[in-house]
Amino acid sequence: MSRALRAGWWLGLAALAVAGVAHAAGGDLGQAEKQPTNWTAIIMFAVFVIFTLFITKWAAARTKSAADFYTAGGGITGFQNGLAIAGDYMSAASFLGISAAVMTGGFDGLIYSIGFLVGWPVVTFLLAERLRNLGKFTFADVAAFRFDQTPIRVFAASGTLVVVAFYLIAQMVGAGQLIKLLFGLEYWIAVVIVGALMMIYVLFGGMTATTWVQIIKACLLLGGATFMALMVLVNFGFSPEAMFAKAVEIKTGIATAAGKAPDAAAKEGFSIMGPGGFIKDPISAISFGIALMFGTAGLPHILMRFFTVPNAKEARKSVFWATTWIGYFYLLTFIIGFGAITFVLTNSAFLDGKGGLLGGGNMAAVHLAAAVGGNVFLGFISAVAFATILAVVAGLTLSGASAVSHDLYATVFKHGKADSTAELKVSRMTTVALGIIAVLLGIAFEKQNIAFMVSLAFAIAASANFPVLLMSVLWKDCTTKGAVVGGFLGLLSSLALTIVSPSVWEATLGNPKGSALFPYASPALFSMTIGFVGIWLVSLLDRGGRATQDRAGFLAQQVRSETGIGAAGASGH
Amino acid sequence: MEADLAQRIARNPKYQELKAKRSAFGWMLTVLMLVVYYGFIMLVAFNKAFLSQRLGEGVTTVGMPIGFGVIVFTVLITGIYVRRANKEFDALTEEVAKEALK
Repeated sequence: MSRALRAGWWLGLAALAVAGVAHAAGGDLGQAEKQPTNWTAIIMFAVFVIFTLFITKWAAARTKSAADFYTAGGGITGFQNGLAIAGDYMSAASFLGISAAVMTGGFDGLIYSIGFLVGWPVVTFLLAERLRNLGKFTFADVAAFRFDQTPIRVFAASGTLVVVAFYLIAQMVGAGQLIKLLFGLEYWIAVVIVGALMMIYVLFGGMTATTWVQIIKACLLLGGATFMALMVLVNFGFSPEAMFAKAVEIKTGIATAAGKAPDAAAKEGFSIMGPGGFIKDPISAISFGIALMFGTAGLPHILMRFFTVPNAKEARKSVFWATTWIGYFYLLTFIIGFGAITFVLTNSAFLDGKGGLLGGGNMAAVHLAAAVGGNVFLGFISAVAFATILAVVAGLTLSGASAVSHDLYATVFKHGKADSTAELKVSRMTTVALGIIAVLLGIAFEKQNIAFMVSLAFAIAASANFPVLLMSVLWKDCTTKGAVVGGFLGLLSSLALTIVSPSVWEATLGNPKGSALFPYASPALFSMTIGFVGIWLVSLLDRGGRATQDRAGFLAQQVRSETGIGAAGASGH
Repeated sequence: MEADLAQRIARNPKYQELKAKRSAFGWMLTVLMLVVYYGFIMLVAFNKAFLSQRLGEGVTTVGMPIGFGVIVFTVLITGIYVRRANKEFDALTEEVAKEALK
């Protein structure tokens, strides 16, 4: 496979990760076709919205202080938080995109989904309980524990807002495309609905409402996906071998119909059972794997969830449940992808006559829902897919608002002397501002190729937030200057390398193929190294008075991070 | 936390034991996870033929149980850490806290 083709593959997969609506091979988000208006789906979605608005009303009565707003008062249990983390993490893109990737490439889709799972143990072993013991509202509380507050908070707020912005744009554009496909409504309507609802959830219900929206969405998504996977497996007598055999047979038939010789067709059909074009270049593979694995440990909206539980034990339980549900979910999407091969690719009602799926490649799971559960279940799955985006954007907005109100306003501008009411007011104003900005960006980016945005968000999280967090918690000699300089180096290098990589330089900015300076799919291998080396080197050379103070503070920080003695507890309720 | 309290806890041999045990266990499992995941990626990058081998008479390949195995391993290794930490490490932490605050 040539380099251009290989880049196309990566692009395609990144596109799946972003919007869940891009065509598997092209990575162009403009391809979502508007479908006839689907009233079943719209009514089911309306029921979900009304229900979540009632929850928001209930949550609003309990959201009085800044602690309630940021962390639901710290009274969420580990099991609930695990579901909420899963709800925050399993996006519509994973559901529609990965099942479509499995339908297209079989085993390759599995390789892709594994990347999104393997970061969770690392979060558990190195960060979860330490985060809970040291922090209060945001991950900056942890990173800045023994350092000079102002510079670290400015860095952490930058890291948070940049990651949130890219993730948010991807979700907004995805929502707009999805609503054209699933509900048959206009793009801008979807963007405005998502923006308005997320504003209401966060503004009035804060973390309590956000958490329950995420929990409900996680249950609906896991329930719907379980039903689909069971319906597929029942048809094969619960024998994976029978399912695989049928899928290979169908893929072989499609290749034969396309004019392949019997041998070549059989080979192509069997190719879904092993790795294909997903990984050609080991550097890209490792770099992308690093972005996903360590990016998970640096996503601000995920890290924030660890402050909603009362203690380290519940923090650990949260990650265990989150990992379990997310792992289970990826097993289901794999079965759903194979189900789509056997039920959707064989049914002309779902095909456009040219061998493609009606509505685009990422409709695999949606068509399968109709095939196994009829029109009502199709409406259900469509509504769940849209609800999924809502839950994710609510978590992102809350995290962005906290960075502005807690890190910038309360700590940097008010030097920690802001009262809770004023801080709460600033977070609400920021929520409104973020909602409006997200809607405007969503509309502005409608026709843009934004395939790179989610992988960029993960790469920045892995290169800036993660190194600063890990080094400040675990390395005694880390200093304020080291963390800030290294963190910004990681942030800027991941941004710069992404801009000159094929997915932005060629696919988004329209430069000729092969002109990108940085040939790999993800910058994380290089930019994360730059971040860590930057922190290490600058800290080592830092001989200022502040550096001595930073190092002297390590012992007290370590004792608290290991034992939780003195940690911020649950605030009543 | 007051500096002398931190000093006192840090000198407690039980705290030292907790720190050493958790750190060794956490890093060991982290390395294990890295080896399993990047081992899998390396297998995909350099030995596709191995993963595409048929297991038996049918179409199921060696890659399928390995891929599923990585997912199950990820969940299990997380569970193993959480189980030990919630029992052993938390018990130690409680003793340290009790001795520090008495």
